[in-house]
Amino acid sequence: MTEFNGILTLTVFLPALASLIIMLAKPLQLEDRLIRWFAILSTVATFILSMIVFLAYDRDAGGVQFIDHIAWLSAETIKSSYLLGVDGLSAPLVLLTGLLGMAAAFASRNIQLRVSEYFIWLLLLEAAVMGVFVSLDLLLFFVFFEFEVIPMFMLISLWGSGRPRYSAMKFVLYTLAGGAFMFVGIFAVYLTGAVDTLTMVAVPQLGIVGIADQIAGVDLIAPASLIFAFFLVAFAVKLPVWPLHNWLPDAHTDAPTAVSVMLAGVLLKMAGYGMIRINIGLFQETNGFTVHDAAGILSVVAAISVVYGAIVTIRQTDMKRLIAYSSVSHMGFVLLGLTAIGGSNAAIQTGGVNGAALQMFTHGTITGLAFLMVGLAYDRTHTRHIPHLGGLWRRMPVIGIFFFIAGFASLGLPALSGFVSEIMVFLNSFPVWPWAASISAFGVVLAAGYVLWMIQRTFFGAKPPDGGIPDDKFDELTDAEPLDLIPIIALTIPIFVIGIWPKVIVDVFNIGIEEVLR
Amino acid sequence: MTAQDYWALSPVIAMAGLALILLSADALLAERMFGGKRYGSKRALSWIAVIGLIAPALLALNLWFGWVGEATSEAVLYGTFTADRFALFFQFIIIGATAAVILGSVPYLQQFRDSLGEFFTLLLTAAAGMMLLVGASELITIYVALETTALPAIALAALRRDGFSIEAAAKFLILSALSTALLLFGLVFLYGYTGATRIDEIVARMATLPFEAGVPFGSLAVMLAVLLIVAGFGFKMAIAPWHMWVPDVYQGAPTPVAAFLSVASKASAFAVLMRILYAMAEFDPVANDWQILFALIATASMTVGNLLALSQTNMKRLLAYSTIAQAGYIMVGFAAVEAASATGTATAGPQSIMYYLAGYAFTNLAVFLGFAAIIHRTNDDSIAGLSGLIKRSPVLAVLISIGLLSLLGMPPTVGFMSKAVIFSTAVDQGLIWLAVVAVVNTVIAAYYYLRIVGLILFGQAQENQKIQPTTSEMTAVAAGVVGAIIFGVVPWLLLQPINDSITIV
Repeated sequence: MTEFNGILTLTVFLPALASLIIMLAKPLQLEDRLIRWFAILSTVATFILSMIVFLAYDRDAGGVQFIDHIAWLSAETIKSSYLLGVDGLSAPLVLLTGLLGMAAAFASRNIQLRVSEYFIWLLLLEAAVMGVFVSLDLLLFFVFFEFEVIPMFMLISLWGSGRPRYSAMKFVLYTLAGGAFMFVGIFAVYLTGAVDTLTMVAVPQLGIVGIADQIAGVDLIAPASLIFAFFLVAFAVKLPVWPLHNWLPDAHTDAPTAVSVMLAGVLLKMAGYGMIRINIGLFQETNGFTVHDAAGILSVVAAISVVYGAIVTIRQTDMKRLIAYSSVSHMGFVLLGLTAIGGSNAAIQTGGVNGAALQMFTHGTITGLAFLMVGLAYDRTHTRHIPHLGGLWRRMPVIGIFFFIAGFASLGLPALSGFVSEIMVFLNSFPVWPWAASISAFGVVLAAGYVLWMIQRTFFGAKPPDGGIPDDKFDELTDAEPLDLIPIIALTIPIFVIGIWPKVIVDVFNIGIEEVLR
Repeated sequence: MTAQDYWALSPVIAMAGLALILLSADALLAERMFGGKRYGSKRALSWIAVIGLIAPALLALNLWFGWVGEATSEAVLYGTFTADRFALFFQFIIIGATAAVILGSVPYLQQFRDSLGEFFTLLLTAAAGMMLLVGASELITIYVALETTALPAIALAALRRDGFSIEAAAKFLILSALSTALLLFGLVFLYGYTGATRIDEIVARMATLPFEAGVPFGSLAVMLAVLLIVAGFGFKMAIAPWHMWVPDVYQGAPTPVAAFLSVASKASAFAVLMRILYAMAEFDPVANDWQILFALIATASMTVGNLLALSQTNMKRLLAYSTIAQAGYIMVGFAAVEAASATGTATAGPQSIMYYLAGYAFTNLAVFLGFAAIIHRTNDDSIAGLSGLIKRSPVLAVLISIGLLSLLGMPPTVGFMSKAVIFSTAVDQGLIWLAVVAVVNTVIAAYYYLRIVGLILFGQAQENQKIQPTTSEMTAVAAGVVGAIIFGVVPWLLLQPINDSITIV
């Protein structure tokens, strides 16, 4: 059966199409300015489309909507189809991708080096990430998940700073190594006797039952724990979880600002999404081993990620590296929320996973904003070394204010979005894993430490007498330009809105997560 | 001989005839044109060859669609040759590879102006031998066809006549002789055990012979036969542990010849091995033990190829090791046999192998010929020489990068899709460990492929002189890349004909 709604295909491939146009227009030697604005406008259009998807998602009906389906690969041992659709879990993440894609494009408007190539890769990156969130077919999901490394490799290698080629290769090898195991896991799931589809969720419109139902109560072709681990490794690398997080600080530090925004904002979320959709979605009733058995160990890993990430964050001297490490800590909360699945109470399970999903969304906007602000400050000061900075508030109050907002949201100040998601994670993981949750709570304390201390050292106090910016240069520092405010405000709005009225996102997530948890 | 016999052989005859035509044309053109402008007229030979290839291609298409002759599984010429769709599928690959190699080497061949006729005659003779080989269904025909492909290939490797080239040819000759000897031994054991040389008769007689319990392959004679045949073809397929000659020969031989060897020679050896082994696959002892054998060979080949490729500094040697690794991935498909299939899909193995081989042919030709165009102009086949290629030849740099990403197995190229298909057959057989080994290998491979892509796209160019490939070179490379993308995005375009051609199971 073929059904083709088209809006999701358009949302995914609009950035790709725009990048193709830029590629084909390359021989015309167009002005850089033209290319920039074309790329930015195409991300704006994508954002509008993603907004439409999010708002038009019928919350009363639930389930999978906006289906695009075409049979695609039909070999003997693997049959896959091009199947796009959104449910309550993916709709907010589609919105997040559209939002951050737009912010990243705006933040890239000062790129001077090989402009057309830069936007080709940035747009392809957005398309790949968007594809991950809307693919319902496991192999298609994997295709987008893998494809994303190529634009990242190019963007970090060529437009990065520091040791870009090293960092890019490290990022690629970590991601591919994780993905390789997932690849085998996909075959193992599909080739299990009872499974005849690669569709992850039930799609009644097409008469597809979905792996989650088919796999329930049957023996898999290999031990379920092994296949579970194959998927988990791929996502644990990407999330990242201690001890597989090593690529993240390098990639973040050396990537250009907009790429850091995408990386922290949406790429890490692909992993959290994958864990919910696959590790939790598929392995709840498998024979011999279920996700509930793994929750205990994962809660320990989550607690280590949170606290270890936070401790390492405190001692960072590079602003960007500091925020990068704080991501390790904050993504640990995502994993902690997911471990509530080990509980026996359905409300707690749903709440925990919901908290994790919301934490993904809020972390995307908060850290995206933080990277934007660091990028803006760095563009002006040309250093990110914290001991060399100080007293920036006097020269750039606007950047300071939004840096404050990002920082406070990050440390979980009530009325900002970080608070809501973290409290949801704690409330629901504590009854199940009291020790892990209690230890993780120190992550919040440490977050207050590193955020406030960094802001204090960079924006307040006096300019350091030596090693910093020369006095004449310091007096010439300027504040954010009006155009910079567009991405900044676009990311700030959700921080306040979710902080005050979390229902706007939580309710949608809830629909999807109740369907995933059976 | 009946009319059907002639039709069945017609593509091979046309290819051999074309070789003779070029030999004569070379003599005629040389006779007329003395002096400085000799290459100018000899250039026509390339076009005669490319246009002439339409004849075997049309004749093969004729058989495929059954216009006049017909593709049947019935062997012709007293059972020695089978022009089934399986053979035709590989003949298409061989014809296509030959055409691409000729197109991609028009400027390169200038340096062989004295032996241009030999180049084409040898190339087309080797191609004719390969086309015979993929349809051969009798042991002696297989042997003769194999020699017909090997000897011209050795002469081709020596064509540059410098130290490297002579060394390569000498190594190739000795190891080729050795491998043929091993193969002959294997064929003899098969004959001694069953008393027949035709594959269908061998299979029929094996069905009546008892299998011994506890002996691998059910009988020591069959075991020796299988091992020696695999070893013999192992040289041609360039799989570990029979891979030693590959880097030396690829480095020393003219680059287009290396491209031809890495695609056509490999594909034909894989085809004939599939034909022999799948005929015997219905005997459970053979199929079960064969699975372990090929799983081990695949592991060795992938790992050796990829690990040794990591430290290479010469582009041609790196590509040689990469083809060894690629052959290892294909061997994963061989490990998937009917007898142990979990889902009962007997054709899964051949389907995955043929899909992989076809995709590999497109990708590898693009990469090899792309590099051939560069190396010919820069006279530098080191990896460092590729630095900043994007500034010197943007289109070629992009095409080669896509080709390398397809070899690495990045979506949405055919390299990814064919890996998905071929690794899934291993999991289907319960060989999860093999699939894990294979995917870990692709990660190792990612390092050296991406290092080159990085160098091409971001490196500092040592020279700023532009590299401007001719239209014919670009056509060959672009055709490979376009194939690699189209067959990756729309796999059924390739899987459909493959499903029609799995006539050997």
